[in-house]
This record gives sequence, structure tokens and C-alpha cells, in this order.
Amino acid sequence: MRKMLLAALSRVLQGPAAAARPGAVSEVSRVVVASRNYADFTSEATFDIKKCDLHRLEEGPPVTAVLTREEGLHYYRTMQTIRRMELKSDQLYKQKIIRGFCHLYDGQEACCVGLEAAIKPTDHLITAYRAHGYAYTRGTSVREILAELTGRKGGCAKGKGGSMHMYAQNFYGGNGIVGAQVPLGAGIALACKYFGKDEICLTLYGDGAANQGQIFETYNMAALWKLPCIFICENNRYGMGTSVERAAASTDYYKRGDYIPGIRVDGMDILCVREATKFAAEHCRSGKGPMLMELQTYRYHGHSMSDPGISYRTREEIQEVRSKSDPITLLKDRMVNNSLSSVEELKEIDVEVRKEIEEAAQFATTDPEPPLEELGNHIYKNEPPFEVRGPSQWIKYKSVG
Amino acid sequence: MAAAAGALRRLVRCGPQQGLGRLLQPRSGIHGSAPAAVQVTVRDALNQALDEELERDEKVFLLGEEVAQYDGAYKISRGLWKKYGDKRIIDTPISEMGFTGIAVGAAMAGLRPICEFMTFNFSMQAIDQVINSAGKTLYMSAGMVPVPVVFRGPNGASAGVGAQHSQCFAAWYGHCPGLKVVSPWSSEDAKGLLKASVRDDNPVVMLENELMYGVPFEMSEEAQSKDFLVPIGKAKIERQGTHVTLVSHSRSVGHCLEAAAVLVKEGVECEVVNLRTIRPMDVESIEASVVKTNHLITVEGGWPQFGVGAEICARIMEGPAFNYLDAPAVRLTGADVPMPYAKVLEENCLPQVKDIIFAVKKTLNI
Repeated sequence: MRKMLLAALSRVLQGPAAAARPGAVSEVSRVVVASRNYADFTSEATFDIKKCDLHRLEEGPPVTAVLTREEGLHYYRTMQTIRRMELKSDQLYKQKIIRGFCHLYDGQEACCVGLEAAIKPTDHLITAYRAHGYAYTRGTSVREILAELTGRKGGCAKGKGGSMHMYAQNFYGGNGIVGAQVPLGAGIALACKYFGKDEICLTLYGDGAANQGQIFETYNMAALWKLPCIFICENNRYGMGTSVERAAASTDYYKRGDYIPGIRVDGMDILCVREATKFAAEHCRSGKGPMLMELQTYRYHGHSMSDPGISYRTREEIQEVRSKSDPITLLKDRMVNNSLSSVEELKEIDVEVRKEIEEAAQFATTDPEPPLEELGNHIYKNEPPFEVRGPSQWIKYKSVG
Repeated sequence: MAAAAGALRRLVRCGPQQGLGRLLQPRSGIHGSAPAAVQVTVRDALNQALDEELERDEKVFLLGEEVAQYDGAYKISRGLWKKYGDKRIIDTPISEMGFTGIAVGAAMAGLRPICEFMTFNFSMQAIDQVINSAGKTLYMSAGMVPVPVVFRGPNGASAGVGAQHSQCFAAWYGHCPGLKVVSPWSSEDAKGLLKASVRDDNPVVMLENELMYGVPFEMSEEAQSKDFLVPIGKAKIERQGTHVTLVSHSRSVGHCLEAAAVLVKEGVECEVVNLRTIRPMDVESIEASVVKTNHLITVEGGWPQFGVGAEICARIMEGPAFNYLDAPAVRLTGADVPMPYAKVLEENCLPQVKDIIFAVKKTLNI
């Protein structure tokens, strides 16, 4: 960013001849930088955010949010990284380098980045299978995520988990069975309460999963035992190919916890997500019990890579969301229009992100697959080595670790 | 008289069945037990194990229906809620899938839950959490996320409870890598295996038996100690023999011993192997026994198809013991029907002592 600004400045100051002398820019820069260091940008700005619909709550999250320049740049970079990582995954899947299931998160970036911005690394999070964004925000590197998708030994689960089974510190996946992660999340919240360390658990599920019976069992126990659990429904309007109107008698997902207070949040606005999560986290930490958040969001891709995503919704609808509600564009416009950043600075971030993704993809496509011996490992924890049976009685694997 | 006393002595050494145990008191030296041995029912042994493990490790807790204020549907957790309170002994609503998932999640986050199913029949509602969430997570995470949870409760047939309350799940859970599955018979088994299961860092399914809860067994001084563990994955030879190997688990072990006591009068010495663990199964012990006796009979309460006995037979075929078999291996199992209610029907749906005796004679061709 600085180089571009100074290059432009030096050309203006020195005229066309300057372009021929490569050293000229740096001389000018030494003089210019001292007095013009990021003076173009403000350090923070306040934004109006959508008021959340409330269920069983007198007050909701604030309707304004302060965004610092630093935060904005961080959110932008993170969302852009996830966006590009998912698009790269799309590419790799079409090249058949990624196999099996691949559920992409592009369009929903404001959710995972907004949630993370409101909690601590010591808090806990669990979600379903559309999990690549969360694997990243919870601390897994892009290269480890992509290498897991391509099934290599450098993957975050050594290639043994795949798209739906990525884990990190205080991140419990990545879960393949729709809805099963919700009782698990309440169990993690029970542990938080049990240990008394002021930690909470964010338990995510989609609009499709919201109709699972075990979720209602979990609401009951979480409320009964006042578990520090935020139930979060990422409503992207479609459960695979079934729209919310065709699946749910009540599409007010934020109300479906019944006796659990709920808020409906604009999931395309990262500041809205962040403020709502802060509000909910405070409620849980204070011992009041669980809370429910519905994040209204959208996925650009189909349900998974095997779904083109246009048989149950129109291209026009997808295009409309992209042009009017894209979370990255929304943040970008806010920042640029309020002098928190510039188009050039953000473009520079784009370039860096692209580079990071390319390098990660390079790693993910060249790292070797796990060795065959890995097949038998990780059956039991803390067990002396034992034999695992292969496809026949003569094929045996050793299980260690 | 002497012969009767002798027979009685042999029976007792192998562990008394219901009724018999109460006849024999530690004060009389008739049965030659160790000085400080006591009679303990399976129920009390389980209760002791729970109490000791709760005391030993703050992270251990028990949840399930009626485990707290009711003292346990079968009184296994009697007195524990009074002693440890709401935090450690948790009554759940009737929500198997929900509370099982909660137990598994708690284990993932560092606690050591014991999740009680009122019977394992109800675990079917939660089986996804047991297998997919508990059993597979360590593997899928390449070792990052261990799940130290114990699922326990009565399994298999009871008495007159009908088809939906009588199924044996040994084969179902025993099928799945990532789980450990144990099946105690005696009080020593129950206490030692439960303690070992709680201390194990892996998901363990412990299949108890309701009809065994009230049965007293002699427990040695060693077995009464707070650090007494029965190793998971190791079978026990309950009775040495030379003519035929009877392999069994849970309640059927007692029937095998009863059959052995009858057969010994005809000069047939049965070796009775108490599996103790379904997965990982101690095939080596079975093989060593078959090499010695040349005849194999498996006895279980579960259905025949794809059962524990079927697995044992397959494994014996694949190993060194096959060449030592003088006759095909035989399986005794539950009848291949849902369990009926009427007493005469129910009785005939499980392998009885007479069935074991018949099978032994058929195998030995006598």
C-alpha cells in the first residue's frame, strides 16, 4: 500500500523523468513517509446495525457498533481468506483432487468471523459439516485445511478425517451426522460449567438440522441445567434442496427454543453478528442459561459440490444476494466510505490472500498421502500397541497412538 | 455325603449361583475360601466401583434416568447422590439421544462421564451418539480428540419383560472399531471392569445383566481393594477342563458352570472360559483352550445371526486352533425370535443348562 502511494506521489512530485530512475522512489519516500503515515485513515468509525428480532427478551444487542481500522482489516482479511479458500476447494474438487463430500461456506463468512470476534480462544465451538470456515477461525492454517481436503498426511487430521472432520483446540469439528453436534455442544457447555472457568460453548446447526428431535431434547436439558451454551442456527434458507418453507412449520428459528430467549441476526453483516454474539455470550457467562441466535445468511454454492444449487433456487436470487448482501463487499464499502481503509489497501490484502491460498494449494496437491501404516492408528487412546485386522486374516496393521 | 460336599466345594470355588450363595457363609470353613473374603452381590460390587471412582477422580460423574434421587432404577447408584450431590450425580429427562450426546460432548471437553442406560434397549435411540460421536472421533481426528466415556446398564434378557426389553447388544456394539465392549458375569468382574472402564481413556460399553444384580459372589480381599481392576481385553478361565471348551459371557457363564458340574459326574471335564470382554476379544485364550480340549462350544444370550459365537467360530477357523478341532465348533444362542412373554416360551428362547449338556454330549459324541 505504502509503495503504491509513494510511487504515485513521487511521480507527481518529480514528473515523468522519475520513472526512469528506479532509486528515485525510495529517496522521496524517506521524506514523505514521516509526515503522511496513514493520515488518510481514521482509527475507528461507528455504524448503525440492524435491530435484532427478540424472543423472550426485553432488550437486545446494541443497534450501533464501533469498528476500529485494525479490526476491520483483520475481519476483511479473514473473510477474504475463507472466501478464496472455498473457491480454491471448488476448483480442486472439479479437478478431482478433492473427493467425497465438500460443503462450501462462501457467502456465510460473516458468521464464522463475526462469532470468533466476540468470543475468546478459550471458549468452545462445535458445528456441522459446512466447517472449513470455522476450522480456519479456530486456528487451523489454510494449508492444513486444504491438505486435509486433498487427503494428505499434512492435513490437520493427517488425511484421516476429510472435509467434515477437522478439529482444533477448543473446536470439536466438523460433524457429519445432522444435528448430532448439538447435544455434543451442550455436553461441552456442561463441562464448562463443571470446571467453573467462565467458558462457554457455541453450538451451531443449520436450518435443516433445526427440525431434529435431539435438538429439542438438548434445549430442554440446557435450559433445565442452565448450561452456558449459545445455540446458533445458521439459516441459509435451504436444507440441501429443501427451502425453509417446505421443511418447517415455523421458520422463526430463533423462537423455536421456546422457553430459551432468542435473537434473529443479520448474518451477512459481520458487525451485527459480532454484537449479537457478545450479547449472547454475556448472558451465558452470567449463569442465566442458554440463548438461541438465528443468523440469517446465504450460501452461494449448492449444498455440496455434487449440487449445482440451481434446481431449487434461481440464479437471479443468488445474484441478488451477491450484489446486495455480500458480507465481504458490505465490510469493504463500510471501510472505504468511512476512511478506515482504501480500495488499494484492500486490494493489496486480496493479493496477499491469493498468494497464501496458492501456496497452500500447492502444498495440498504435492504433499504425500498418509503412509499405509496410518490406517491402523488412533483406534484407542493410551493403549499399548496392538494388531488391527485388514481386509483379510493375513493383512494386519499395527495400531499405535 | 462326602461326594456331595466335594461337589459343593467345586461349585463354590467357581462362584455360586443365585440361592446357593446364601447357603454358604464365610464363617464355616467348608468351602476353603481365603480368610477375608466376603459375599458381595453384583449390584453392591457395581455400587462400590462407582463410589470409589467418583471419589478418586473429580472429573468422573454419573448421568442417566433415575440415577440420583431414585437411587437408580435398579439401585446400582444407591446412596451416591446423597454423598456426591447434584453436580456429580445427574438425573436426566427421558431423552436418550440428547443426554448421550451430552455425555459424549462432556468427555470430549475433558470430563469422564458414566452414562447409564436404564436398559440397553433404550440405547438404540442414542446409538448414533455412541458409535458415530464416541466411537469414531479419535480416529477421525487422528488422535486429537479422545472420548473417555462409559456407557453402562443392563443388557439382554430379563424375566418376562417382553420383546422390546430383552435384546442383547453385544454383537451390535462389538461390531464397531473404536469402542471397547465389556460384559461382566461375577461381582469381581463387575467391580473390576467398571473401575477399569472408568479409568480407560476410550469409550467403553459395559453390558451388565439385570438378573445378575442380586446374585452374591465371593470377593477376595484383593478384589475388595480400591485399586482392584480387571484388565479389559482378557478372558478368565473360570473352570479348568480337558474335554471341551465352553466360551461364554455374562449370565451364560453361570449356566456353563452348572452344566459342567453335572457333566463332571459323567467324567466329562469342561473348561469354562468367561470372556469378560467382547471387544477387544481375547481370542488367544480361547485358542489355547481349544488346542487343549479339541472341542468348542460358545454360549450366549444374543441372537445367532452375526453374533458373538459366530465371530468366535470364524476367528477359530482362521487361527492355529482350527487344526486341533475334533468336531465342528458349536454355538448356543438365544432363539432366533423376538422374546415372547409367557414363561414357558421365554425359558425356551435362551440356552438352558440342559441345552449346554446336550451340545457337549453331541460334540463329544457320547
